[in-house]
Amino acid sequence: MGAGAMAMPGLPAFAREIDPLEALQEGIDVKLKKQLADVALNAARAKGATYADIRIGRYLRQTVAARDNRVLGVSNSESFGVGIRVIANGCWGFAATNKVTKDDIAKAAEKAVAVAKANARISGAPVQLAPQKGYGEVSWKTPIVTNAFEVPIKDKLDLILAVNAAALAGGASFVNSNIGAINEQKYFASTDGSYIDQDVHRISPGFNVTKTDRTAGVFVNRGALSMPMGMGYEYLDARPSDKVQSVITLYKNRYDIMEDVKNAVKDLDQKMKAKSVEPGKYDLVLDPSHLWLTIHESVGHPTELDRVLGYEANYAGTSFLTLDKWQSKKFNFGNNLVNFVADKTQPGSLGAVGYDDEGVKCGKWDLIKDGILVNYQAIRDQAHIIGLNASQGCCYADDWSSVQFQRMPNVSLQPGKTKLGVNEMIKNVEKGIYIIGDGSYSIDQQRYNFQFSGQNFYEIRNGQIVGMIKDMAYQANTREFWNSVAAICDESDYRLGGSFSDGKGQPGQSSSVSHGSSTTRVNGVNVINTARKIG
Amino acid sequence: MALLTKEEAQAILKKALSYSKADEVELSLRGSEGGNIRYARNAVSTAGESSTMSLSVSSTFGKQTGNASINEFDDASLAKVVARSEELARLAPPNPEFMPALGDQGPYKEGKGFIAATAAMTPDTRAEMVAKSLQAAKDAKLEAAGFLENSAGFGASMNNKGLFLYSRNTDVSFSVTLRNEAGTGSGYAEKSFNDVNMLDALNLTKVAAYKANASATAKAIEPGKYTVILEPLAAADLMAGVIGGFDARSAEEGRSILSKKGGGTRLGEQFLSELVTIYTDPYDERMPGSPFTGEGTPTEKIVWVEKGVVKNLAYSRYWAAKKGVKPTPGGGGGRGGGGGGGVIFAGGSGTTEDLIKSTEKGILVTRFWYIRSVDQQTGLVTGLTRDGTFYIENGKIAFPIKNFRFNESPIIALNNVEALGTPVRQGRVVIPPMKIRDFTFTSLSDAV
Repeated sequence: MGAGAMAMPGLPAFAREIDPLEALQEGIDVKLKKQLADVALNAARAKGATYADIRIGRYLRQTVAARDNRVLGVSNSESFGVGIRVIANGCWGFAATNKVTKDDIAKAAEKAVAVAKANARISGAPVQLAPQKGYGEVSWKTPIVTNAFEVPIKDKLDLILAVNAAALAGGASFVNSNIGAINEQKYFASTDGSYIDQDVHRISPGFNVTKTDRTAGVFVNRGALSMPMGMGYEYLDARPSDKVQSVITLYKNRYDIMEDVKNAVKDLDQKMKAKSVEPGKYDLVLDPSHLWLTIHESVGHPTELDRVLGYEANYAGTSFLTLDKWQSKKFNFGNNLVNFVADKTQPGSLGAVGYDDEGVKCGKWDLIKDGILVNYQAIRDQAHIIGLNASQGCCYADDWSSVQFQRMPNVSLQPGKTKLGVNEMIKNVEKGIYIIGDGSYSIDQQRYNFQFSGQNFYEIRNGQIVGMIKDMAYQANTREFWNSVAAICDESDYRLGGSFSDGKGQPGQSSSVSHGSSTTRVNGVNVINTARKIG
Repeated sequence: MALLTKEEAQAILKKALSYSKADEVELSLRGSEGGNIRYARNAVSTAGESSTMSLSVSSTFGKQTGNASINEFDDASLAKVVARSEELARLAPPNPEFMPALGDQGPYKEGKGFIAATAAMTPDTRAEMVAKSLQAAKDAKLEAAGFLENSAGFGASMNNKGLFLYSRNTDVSFSVTLRNEAGTGSGYAEKSFNDVNMLDALNLTKVAAYKANASATAKAIEPGKYTVILEPLAAADLMAGVIGGFDARSAEEGRSILSKKGGGTRLGEQFLSELVTIYTDPYDERMPGSPFTGEGTPTEKIVWVEKGVVKNLAYSRYWAAKKGVKPTPGGGGGRGGGGGGGVIFAGGSGTTEDLIKSTEKGILVTRFWYIRSVDQQTGLVTGLTRDGTFYIENGKIAFPIKNFRFNESPIIALNNVEALGTPVRQGRVVIPPMKIRDFTFTSLSDAV
């Protein structure tokens, strides 16, 4: 549904605050995990389950936050327990426990079977699982350089307090900054014969600077141009090659928070003086730090098969990409420049894992090929609906206590095939706006009509950037928008953006997902003026 | 296990307190039990139950505070969690905005938020309610998706200054969407209560079914400014966050909708229509809240806006001390802005139908969706109508219309109020149906 780039997901009910050093202690041994897993699988089978899986999860979350010259909070939490999912009488059942003993796990497995049998009375067609071979005992780890949980809290606090000091010294009236890190240590086993041990890391630094003009009664904000990533603390150690020089410095793979906050404060002065946008049609030049969110909402969500089928109808909604459009093999979602790929293996991305949360090895596939809708995002019990004989590995649960369901893989716009840089792209725009950073976002429940804003807006006149403008948002229809793509920069400009906490489901669950793109030009988009007068 | 009595909770907290060596220690013990059932495509999809209890300990030496929590309650675990919070406090940077803990605040009024019938709900009760909803959908030849969830919880706090608090609460919420087979009509209904006896899932399903059928064959009309009638759900969607902007600190720092040009705040000014009065009241029978704040201050009714005039801003204890004013209980500027309980909009009398009857030309909005902030300076938000939008002509619903995107500030809308009906509870808000002129729709959506 929604995507909050900076917000840390809320703590699951079972999470507890811990000493940062406790996070570095090893979890339980993998041999013991296998024994515990076998207890669950055997107990479920004994009670009549035709399929069972277990996830033994240890979820570590850490946040440090500062406002102006003071630390707002340091939070370290651990959530440890077991979730067991079964099929009995053709219906799913689920139970979870934070008591990780053989007896309690067996009881949870039995409870999951009882839930399945109770629900079978009001369920529809029996669950049909795509076949999945067992992988035996395997493991996967996010390829990090520095484990963020091994970096002392003091170092992180020193960094964000230095960020705030730089902002205030530069003339900001207020500043908030934070660093969030997540480590999912999860062990999956199923009656298919898989025993999968994974160690997944993600990081999300950010800030927001504010400047007020009390006399005029106005204030302006600028958020960080960082992105949450599937990386360790090395994300905050930017090398010269990670910097992209545009009208301001942008970042690729790694991020320089001190440099960005200084630039942000300078942007505040420009924003104060910027002219209000003249509404109308503009050619938009969209930086990857902005475009990721448009991709997320208008491409990522409508290609989720559970939405297409109606499983999210009561909350996030359904999708305009109905099965008949996919079956026709000629539904032009975009023009032929537009290619979207789903990829759960992309290095550095938030969605990268070796195996999903139902034991399927992750891969890469086309969603939109040369503008045509060619595929969706599916899990094991949906694969047969779109004629697949294997799942696409899109199953995820945000905690051991949450039941896994279909979640978005990384969905990315493929770069242009011919050499094209941003400056060259801008040179050809007569009347346009160059947008950097993500801002306000809203889209309807079937993903037709959307409205997006951003952080910085630069007016383009006759191929030149002539200054910053303000009070703008653009509105479009998904299909018209992606059919109006005029050019996409080449792969040298390709960068990832993403959401640290994308919400979906009832009860709500949070997931993290990346979206890559190169700077993209979209012609003739409707821009509105968002200024209003109060009182 | 998870729902402790006052005496059981007090015993655990006293035991934990006995291990403390800190200058100040605050202990918070919380537990809840509940369950849910989710359905879609006219069949149950997932169901679950949860039971959880945890103890949080906040220890302070000087102005250095450390927090730790645990979900085991034997003596060794209690000693361990207290010791861990003390270790973390010694490592923490001093908090310049630290406020000392409150002592005993005297007797609290009894909260009204706990209803035994809601706490007693079982998987079978939930399945029975959902089965009725599913049958109603099938009878109407519509496809249902819905969610039913109930919970019962307690909270108990104690500190070493003599404070002890205990309260219990129950909640039940139900939402359902019905869609026709062609995908051209969709209806929705949603209600939350403390008392499950007030929840009629079958009737709500019938309301959603009516809207699903009535919204089919919607016509497109031009976006623009229209008089709108907002059903209570739509009004709650749009207006619930208004009081969140009533934080005194942000207003005085010049970064709030309540900051005034030239400095100062809009406290005491005519800010909204004279028809608008907004308050919070933890003892309101329609939506009972906690008798105390998280810090232990007793809660009371607070009027935020009276006949359009800003009467109060929310002061946290720190900001109030700095400014030399009385703190607003629970102040801090979150939803509710302070005070206990959810937001209550006073209204007039009459139903949505009465407001429709008084309207020559206008649009009935039954629900909004995906509302997001566009400009904090003016409170401007954008979003869309959803699950049944209708054109009104000569006091009657004339025909269903396609959904719109809107760009509007709730503050401007609350200045354009023409009439209010009788308030009802909708989620965590008590709010009337509203008639508002010059509401700004900016584009059409094809979504159903």
